[in-house]
Amino acid sequence: MSESGRGRIVPAPTVPARSPQELQGPGRRRFLRGLAAGGAAAAVAGRAAHAAEGERAILELPEHSRTLGRPVAERGYGLPSQFEKNLQRRMSPGLTRVPASSVSFTPLQGMFGIITPSGLHFERHHQGWHDVDPANHRLMLNGLVEQARVYTMDDLMRLPSVSRIHFIECGANTGMEWRNVAVPTVQYTHGMLACSEFTGVPLSILLDDCGWDRKKGKYVLAEGADGSGLTRTIPIENALDDVLVAWGQNGEMLRPENGYPLRLVAPGLQGVSWVKWLRRIEVGDEPWDAKDEVLHYVDLMPDGLHRQYTSIQECKSVITTPSGGQQLVDKGFYNVTGVAWSGRGRVKRVDVSFDGGRNWQTARLENPVLSKALTRFNIGWSWSGAPAVLQSRAIDESGYVQPKIGQLRAVRGSRSIYHNNAIQSWKVTDSGEVSNVQVG
Amino acid sequence: MSRWARALLAGVALSGAGVALAQERHVGVGRAATPAEVRAWDIDVRADFKGLPAGSGSVARGRDVWDAKCASCHGTFGESNEVFTPIVGGTTQEDIKTGRVKALLNPETPRSTLMKLSRISTLWDYINRAMPWTAPKTLTTEEVYAVTAYVLNLGDLVPDELVLSDRNMAQVQQKLPNRNGMTREHGLWSVRGKPDVKNVACMKDCEQDVKITSALPEAAKDVHGNLADQTRGFGPVRGVQTAPSRVAQVNVAPRTGGEGTRALATESGCLACHGVSNKIVGPAFSDIAAKYKGQADSGQKLAGKVRNGSTGVWGQIPMPPQPQLKDDDIKTIVAWILSGSK
Repeated sequence: MSESGRGRIVPAPTVPARSPQELQGPGRRRFLRGLAAGGAAAAVAGRAAHAAEGERAILELPEHSRTLGRPVAERGYGLPSQFEKNLQRRMSPGLTRVPASSVSFTPLQGMFGIITPSGLHFERHHQGWHDVDPANHRLMLNGLVEQARVYTMDDLMRLPSVSRIHFIECGANTGMEWRNVAVPTVQYTHGMLACSEFTGVPLSILLDDCGWDRKKGKYVLAEGADGSGLTRTIPIENALDDVLVAWGQNGEMLRPENGYPLRLVAPGLQGVSWVKWLRRIEVGDEPWDAKDEVLHYVDLMPDGLHRQYTSIQECKSVITTPSGGQQLVDKGFYNVTGVAWSGRGRVKRVDVSFDGGRNWQTARLENPVLSKALTRFNIGWSWSGAPAVLQSRAIDESGYVQPKIGQLRAVRGSRSIYHNNAIQSWKVTDSGEVSNVQVG
Repeated sequence: MSRWARALLAGVALSGAGVALAQERHVGVGRAATPAEVRAWDIDVRADFKGLPAGSGSVARGRDVWDAKCASCHGTFGESNEVFTPIVGGTTQEDIKTGRVKALLNPETPRSTLMKLSRISTLWDYINRAMPWTAPKTLTTEEVYAVTAYVLNLGDLVPDELVLSDRNMAQVQQKLPNRNGMTREHGLWSVRGKPDVKNVACMKDCEQDVKITSALPEAAKDVHGNLADQTRGFGPVRGVQTAPSRVAQVNVAPRTGGEGTRALATESGCLACHGVSNKIVGPAFSDIAAKYKGQADSGQKLAGKVRNGSTGVWGQIPMPPQPQLKDDDIKTIVAWILSGSK
């Protein structure tokens, strides 16, 4: 972190102006003598003099303004600035026991807009990831079809493609918070969430290409080519509506961790349905009751029953700045910002409260506002230095209002793991420290 | 219509359909799958046993396979919690009668596989497609039947002498303790489903009393490492310092001179909140040096503030205590700050 980068926080000089006499006093001479051995005397003299006139970042031209920069194509594939290393996908310690069957979380606290950089897209692997050779990858369609068919990547990429922006959220996102606050930052509370532009062929085109049985076909099974051979049942209504067989992500191919070279994009459905390394689609007349439909991704209710096939990600939102584990730099104005989304369509409105839900104001939604995509919201806030509790509450086009944690618990208890879309609360203390809390 | 005309029309209709089909099928894209290819990949087994291959495996054979290929992760009795959650445990003979696992009503009971399993096909299919963990899809059909039988035997659902096969899977299904434990009656399956939880968009005076009901325990604050290393170092906020800096942990080489101390201060997280000549969250080092200029005990005083934290000197935002820093490092950094951070 360069010192010049920090100067933006407080544009005015903060060192008290000192008179020339002061600067030339005996104390200062002694100080300079002490440093002369280090050969820094000239520089020090310069800095001290400038402190009175203004900021060094302005008054002393930095090296990048005085020297030749680096050439084009030095990096064939560009990388983030060296100053951005803090924003990384991270694991939550203790959440899982084996890293090949685990989760890494997107650093939502540092993201802008609605698109998640592909390298920061959260990961969820059930049996590790591979970098699959596209030349040998195949997609098969079978089951209730006139003709079982096989497609190469060459084949698929010749078909009519579309590009659409959609969010993907793991069904277990915010799952650690059902009973109580468990993790410190928005990366861990909400970071199994990403939004990308996906490019691929609508699944309906492939189903038509195989002559699927329109009378008997009620569901499709999507199957991955990884070791877990992950399988999920998807109702035919979704499959025909907006499900894609996708290879593109944010203008380039999918990343290996996100299913390169082929994945299912199932807008609005929980992430596990977006089968990665997709190798097969089978048309059937009943759900399959696969492992991730019976043993996992089932929501335990207070009556001891597990809800199966809880696939839709209901309307949800979260403030990302300021958020838990952060410290406001000072009193005064802040742009409070966050994201909202709904598996049932567009976000219609987001309200923000600064007093723990007593009173609400409607935030500004930034364009684009797309169906089943993240929507960015912003609202101005002048922090007086008084304690506050920040919340956001999204409403989607179906009229559904994001619930409070107490309302969710009243119906579903606190052991369902999945589908916690509660309003998130961030407490701000009088010292400006922000932390994760729940209110009731 | 003459027979000839009918035949002609049928021919036209047929060729028309052929053209339509060809267009629909995107000429030249994709090909028919061979029966062998479909057999190779169409491995899924459904709850109604569609897809289940003929075959069998005994509990005894399952025990051998288990000990050789499964026990290292799942424990000899399927009870291990070391690598994966337990497979057996938590079910009773009463549950086998009712098909509902009573222990699921107890909030404190951890959930084993057999407490949740509602379909025997699920277990068979998953072992077949994904196990063993490091060598998936390497078990023979007999081994999959055998291991499935052994898991059920470990859970006291089937006798030691059972030979599980495609012919008795349906009977064994009727032994599963949680076979009646699933519901699809909810609004989260279909996009048009009815939500089960309702909130209203109240705007003013909505809550009478806002109480904090849960917060992160102090002891859990550093579990996720140093949060200061997980947020951008500029902008409207900083990450809170919750643990020694990641960089400081890996870099142990001693350094000398002004640049060395600056690096030490950076790695210790000081520069996340203090600029050398500008205020960030905390005061500029130059301001601190100016304030304490000429005070004999300033070094000691400041070191104490770094160690134990401080508030009120520079405003409302407190300096958090830094117990993770070494005394010598604090002394070095404080001396550097007081001498002008050069």
